[in-house]
Amino acid sequence: MQTLDMASTELREVNSTLQSQKADTNQRTWEIINPKGSHAIACGLDGPIEVTVRGSTGYYCAGMNKEATVNIDGSAGPGVAENMMSGKVIIEGDASQYAGATGHGGLLVIKGNASSRCGISMKGIDIVVHGNIGHMSAFMAQSGNLVVLGDAGDALGDSCYEARFFVRGKVKSLGADCEEKEMRPEHIEILKDLLERSGADAKPEEFTRYGSARTLYNFDVDNASAY
Amino acid sequence: MNELNKNNDGIPQTAPIKSATFTDPINAEIRRAAATGIYDIRGGGAKRKVPHFDDLLFLGASISRYPLEGYREKCETKVTLGTRFAKKPIELDIPITIAGMSFGALSGPAKEALGRGADAAGTSTTTGDGGMTPEERGHSSKLVYQYLPSRYGMNPDDLRKADAIEVVVGQGAKPGGGGMLLGQKISDRVAEMRNLPKGIDQRSACRHPDWTGPDDLEIKILELREITNWQVPIYIKIAGARPYFDTTLAVKAGADVVVLDGMQGGTAATQDVFIENVGIPTLASIRPAVQALQDMGMHREVQLVVSGGIRTGADVAKALALGADAVAIGTAALVALGDNDPRWEAEYNALGTTAGAYDDWHEGKDPAGITTQDPDLMARFDPIAGGRRLSNYLKVMTLEAQTIARACGKNHLHNLEPEDMCALTMEASAMSGVPLAGTNWIPGRTGDY
Ligand SMILES: Cc1cc2nc3c(=O)[nH]c(=O)nc-3n(C[C@H](O)[C@H](O)[C@H](O)COP(=O)(O)O)c2cc1C
Repeated sequence: MQTLDMASTELREVNSTLQSQKADTNQRTWEIINPKGSHAIACGLDGPIEVTVRGSTGYYCAGMNKEATVNIDGSAGPGVAENMMSGKVIIEGDASQYAGATGHGGLLVIKGNASSRCGISMKGIDIVVHGNIGHMSAFMAQSGNLVVLGDAGDALGDSCYEARFFVRGKVKSLGADCEEKEMRPEHIEILKDLLERSGADAKPEEFTRYGSARTLYNFDVDNASAY
Repeated sequence: MNELNKNNDGIPQTAPIKSATFTDPINAEIRRAAATGIYDIRGGGAKRKVPHFDDLLFLGASISRYPLEGYREKCETKVTLGTRFAKKPIELDIPITIAGMSFGALSGPAKEALGRGADAAGTSTTTGDGGMTPEERGHSSKLVYQYLPSRYGMNPDDLRKADAIEVVVGQGAKPGGGGMLLGQKISDRVAEMRNLPKGIDQRSACRHPDWTGPDDLEIKILELREITNWQVPIYIKIAGARPYFDTTLAVKAGADVVVLDGMQGGTAATQDVFIENVGIPTLASIRPAVQALQDMGMHREVQLVVSGGIRTGADVAKALALGADAVAIGTAALVALGDNDPRWEAEYNALGTTAGAYDDWHEGKDPAGITTQDPDLMARFDPIAGGRRLSNYLKVMTLEAQTIARACGKNHLHNLEPEDMCALTMEASAMSGVPLAGTNWIPGRTGDY
């Protein structure tokens, strides 16, 4: 394992070292020590490496990740794994606002709680939160799956499109055009796989599925109050 | 009433007078709203008359200032954008760039034509909501990649292919508003690029999903630079709203370039009420932005690109004289490509409009084949010929601006200055900070009438 110590190495050097590890690298495992809440740690990675950050991170850790696995051995600041394309980001602690925002792919696992706007505008990413999520989560979510083992805050899935939400606990309220949906066998399969891959101890049958009611897809004046 | 203004007894009557408040267009809009229950959505910029570059004049040379010889003495037009932090600033031959216009609003061939025309004239083009298309990347050697609230099609590979990144905070046509692409225009390709079902109305968010406020923006820019290895310039696009403060905050957040878009700036589609009633004119936006840069000692360090209603070389020269480093054009570029051309008049009539007024770009029925995703309409537009027209037009504007600059004795367009101009109206004088013609008076500032 290679170690990058942020007490003595600048962010630029840490990131360019990690970003230059492409598909054929033989230095596949890395750790970052003394992150001290720095912003933009391990963003823009583009190869099959595994990075473990020993400590908590600031904004946008693992932003736009491709292929890499990033473990955060602590909590993550706002926008963790924003716009992730592929790969895996696992947070041992909690995540601040906008976790996984606009993510296009890959798997984001938050073992603690996520704050507000988790999965905002998600575009294909899978997010599994072992704890609770805050208000306005999955706002304008387009596609992908958001799995919550705990409770969801206000206005879940407001103005969402085709993303799926699976919540085991209570949902404080649903956002505009978001409704409870039937859990069909294919959803149980999706959920089973995600729970397994994210090391979550829960049964798919315990969850309720939510998604778009699709009433706001084309403008209708009789829905004006929902806009 | 047999004869106008007389009743049946032949007694003169008051003439019918239409209200200056309830005009025909206003009444038509009330009837349209009552019949449909939806606000008017359209493309283009503010159509109302506002103080503009037409209200400024150049003074030219005189005994105290001598001119440069037209065709003999050089007047430089080059500009470099992004000299503050980027390792690879953008070098342009002319200070006129093509503004961001989305694929989705425009067809693939239209984006290609913008790339071709800009390349031939030595300038840049800009992507838009909807991501980077191979057509545009392939034909535009200097491509600015927009980072928008919607993040449609946003990905790190395209980000690294970009020659600059433009973080869009606002657009002059709709400061504080998002976008709208109606279902008709969501073709398979557009839907796929945006990860959305085909045929649904597609709303673009008005605010970025993962940052709010200038302190967050600074960190967002750090992230974008880290992902792109600090190579390319980062622009911040703001709407003409609070130009002094927004420019200050954009510079504080780490911008290499500020793009400032006034209320006349076009849009692909938004509510008419928004276009006409929110934001301030381009003319009123420039001086406060320049002042902000000067107050920070950043004028010419952080470049200022101005857009919103730029049509001619005179407009270019005036924007530069007020302190801009370059301008950007949207609507004018579309007109150069062939948008709103009278040759399609019969078809514009069939759509209930006329050449020059057509602005329902969001409906995707553009007879000129530019703002559409309909394969038959798109086939009408030839990207090679369109690109040629655009490059001709860009060159003409540059020549016009040079003509003016030489007359003012300037060997570079950037040497134009406010002192080369006067204003025709008190409004324009107050907004642009140049004196009213024939006086040394600037309302609210200096001098005697
Ligand atoms: C068809 C069209 C599409 C546009 N799309 C975008 C966009 O995606 N992103 C953006 O920041 N601005 C967009 N704009 C605004 C332009 O970037 C620019 O600010 C404006 O057109 C400048 O004013 P002008 O049209 O008067 O030249 C669009 C404008 C038009 C006309």
